[in-house]
Amino acid sequence: MELNILIICYLIGSVTFIIGLKMLSHPESARKGNLIAAAGMAVSIFGTIFLYEEGGHKLGNYAWIFSALIIGTILGTMAAKKVKMTAMPEMVSLFNGMGGACAALISIVEFDHLSHQVQAGATADRGILLIIFAGLIIGTISFAGSMVAWGKLNGKIKDFSFNGQHIVNLVIFGVIIALSAYLIISLDTVASTLFYVIFTLSIVYGLFFVFPIGGADMPVVISLLNSFTGVAAAFGGFLYDNPVMLTGGILVGSAGTILTILMCKAMNRPLSNVLIGSFGGSSAASSGKEQGAYKEISISDSAVVMSYAKRVMIVPGYGLAVAQAQHVCHELEKLLSDKGVEVNYAIHPVAGRMPGHMNVLLAEADVDYARLLEMEQANEEFPMTDVVLILGANDVVNPAAKTDPASPIYGMPVLDVELAKLVIINKRSMNPGYAGIENELFFQPKSSMLFGDAKSVLQQLVTEIKTL
Amino acid sequence: MEDIFNWLSQHQQMIYIVILSVFLGIEVIGRVPSVLHTPLMSGANAIHGVVIIGAIIVMGKAESDNLLALVLGFLAVILGTLNVVGGFVVTDRMLEMFKKKK
Repeated sequence: MELNILIICYLIGSVTFIIGLKMLSHPESARKGNLIAAAGMAVSIFGTIFLYEEGGHKLGNYAWIFSALIIGTILGTMAAKKVKMTAMPEMVSLFNGMGGACAALISIVEFDHLSHQVQAGATADRGILLIIFAGLIIGTISFAGSMVAWGKLNGKIKDFSFNGQHIVNLVIFGVIIALSAYLIISLDTVASTLFYVIFTLSIVYGLFFVFPIGGADMPVVISLLNSFTGVAAAFGGFLYDNPVMLTGGILVGSAGTILTILMCKAMNRPLSNVLIGSFGGSSAASSGKEQGAYKEISISDSAVVMSYAKRVMIVPGYGLAVAQAQHVCHELEKLLSDKGVEVNYAIHPVAGRMPGHMNVLLAEADVDYARLLEMEQANEEFPMTDVVLILGANDVVNPAAKTDPASPIYGMPVLDVELAKLVIINKRSMNPGYAGIENELFFQPKSSMLFGDAKSVLQQLVTEIKTL
Repeated sequence: MEDIFNWLSQHQQMIYIVILSVFLGIEVIGRVPSVLHTPLMSGANAIHGVVIIGAIIVMGKAESDNLLALVLGFLAVILGTLNVVGGFVVTDRMLEMFKKKK
């Protein structure tokens, strides 16, 4: 009877994952979809704890299990609730790494169990061994890679690559496969310490996989690692003949892969290009052009020109998020609107640190959704725009993406801000943005720099405009 | 060769689930507005936390003298819980922003 209830629990879990994921792809139903999937997960977890049976025995060690669940819940909730919105992608990467590590640990324990049985005289089931290895390798690579991604988004880890790294990566991967095949075939006779060698190599591969990739590409990498962990979870499902682990794992593996491809399309760069990593080895020094002089504009001039414009377009970027200036930005927008200026926001798909970053930021400040224009719409409006105010965005408005084939961002669709009558760029300094390259927009005749922290500059602008 | 066919027929239902789930995953993503890419990624992240079930099984089966299984299993359950709970909470926070608008 209880096994039957467990079957139903797993069925519920699988169905909620499917429905939840579907609902997550539409804005109106997204939040409910998340809750539904969470509910199904809970049902599957508690069903397993109380109803799972193997060889007639139920699970034991309840004290250990529940303490671990409680610790994880408290830590997880605290971490997830306390973190700033700008750190969201890091958290996704961190939790992804935890999942990968979990899959790897499962494989380690099961291998240990299996190798003891083999030592005691049993023959190893090659299929089971293969599954254990797959779970270990994929889970470990995902864990190591996710930790690096977390560090990169944190700023703690810099891009790192060396000549011939890709060859080294391939060699390491080849060795992992070869050793695994060897160990699977000859476990009966060979020392099992080789397993831990494979484990270590997988960690190294995971690190090397992500090290060279530029910080701006991290969301794509995280999405890919996300699908890896899904596959690792699916192998866990094979191991225990567990339908809900299988469904959840493969769904995420498959959906995650599609999502990765979609993200690459938004940047107009093929996945292979992203993975080859920071600009193919030659970094920011590739364009050693003379940059020329830039103009500066004062707060009072900016205030005047924006108040008397007919149409203003604001281009938010990471700088706005870092300065946490979204509320002041909304104030500015409202002030200008009161004066009869039409204000809209041009949202580039990869502005900020993750897709949708700017939308989330501005929604937090109660900005009207209707004012947020997607890139294609915004590009149509730029020729009719009087003033563009760029708040901490850099690479997404870099014309080199259209004009300079040598540029690392060449081919990425950008916002055509230079079609407007006047472009005001707010940055803290002339330092390069996330991609680490110079932006010729700053030196164009219609552009002017407005230096300062986004929040303080916006506050000053608001004050000025109020006096006009 | 025989072995492979045997294995295939033994596990055919699992194989069907895998194949169907792959297509399902592709279908379910369909046309996602780019603004939802990150919450969707976060939600998928939470869902693959289902790997915790494997960790619970490992812990639950561990005999009291198997220190490795107990300790690693304990760690695995904590990590899995972090993935699940952290994942769903983070996703919910991201989606909070969509509550008032649209």
